Amino acid sequence: MAETSSDATRIAAEARDRVRFEEEALGLADQVYRVARHLASSREEADDLVQETYARAFRSWRSYTPGTNLRAWLLRILTNLNIDRGRRSQRAPQTTALEANDYYLYDKLAESDGGASDEDRVVERLSQDDIVNALSAVPHDFRDVIVLVDIGDFSYQDAANILDIPIGTVMSRLHRGRRILKRELAESVLEDAS
Amino acid sequence: MTQAHEDPCAHCEEMMQPYLDHTLTEAERLEAEHHLDECEWCRRRYRFEESLRVYVRQVVAEPMPDELKAKLAALRIPLN
Repeated sequence: MAETSSDATRIAAEARDRVRFEEEALGLADQVYRVARHLASSREEADDLVQETYARAFRSWRSYTPGTNLRAWLLRILTNLNIDRGRRSQRAPQTTALEANDYYLYDKLAESDGGASDEDRVVERLSQDDIVNALSAVPHDFRDVIVLVDIGDFSYQDAANILDIPIGTVMSRLHRGRRILKRELAESVLEDAS
Repeated sequence: MTQAHEDPCAHCEEMMQPYLDHTLTEAERLEAEHHLDECEWCRRRYRFEESLRVYVRQVVAEPMPDELKAKLAALRIPLN
């Protein structure tokens, strides 16, 4: 009898923990989607990935340690699913992405603008489409890091944990990835101008 | 101990990302700032990079569709 009552207490406590977990996870959905949208290649793929991530998270909620970074935990599930979905096989045979120097994009924009304009105005010459398209043209390994750190606001350490790579690799991919992104942006602006 | 660089602007360009990421050593940070104080050309490019980072974050932000929000809520495991 005493055992039955303690079982009931345990079950009730577990149900409470699970509901709390689900609510906390759902509260992060906007932030998860924001990152997923640019890790995935399309809006539809992002929708599927986020749904699959939450379905898996709700099933395996017990493996989450309360008090740790839930957003990073969800993103780790999501990036693993993204890779499992055959993203790797879509990758072009190890081509080296072309990167430019860090000043390249500004130089190109200022050059085509006659120079001497305000930096904020120069940035505004890039349209939303320019940026979204340029970002999707960055190879996955680099894009993943840019999306997590620069768009998702994850620390280098969190990004390293999510992607299961060393922190030094996060930093070098981030630096190279931003240069590739700027090169892609410069190319799209030059195309628009021609 | 900072060393003189043949092309200080090229060196400053190399330091731009780590400078904005706050990952330079104190000596490197001071070196970059010293150059930036004197060099309008590099200063513009640093300011542009800062604006670009903010701008990219803003323009790529896409709100989650309401239907997706509803689908996620429906995935919750019902209480017995």
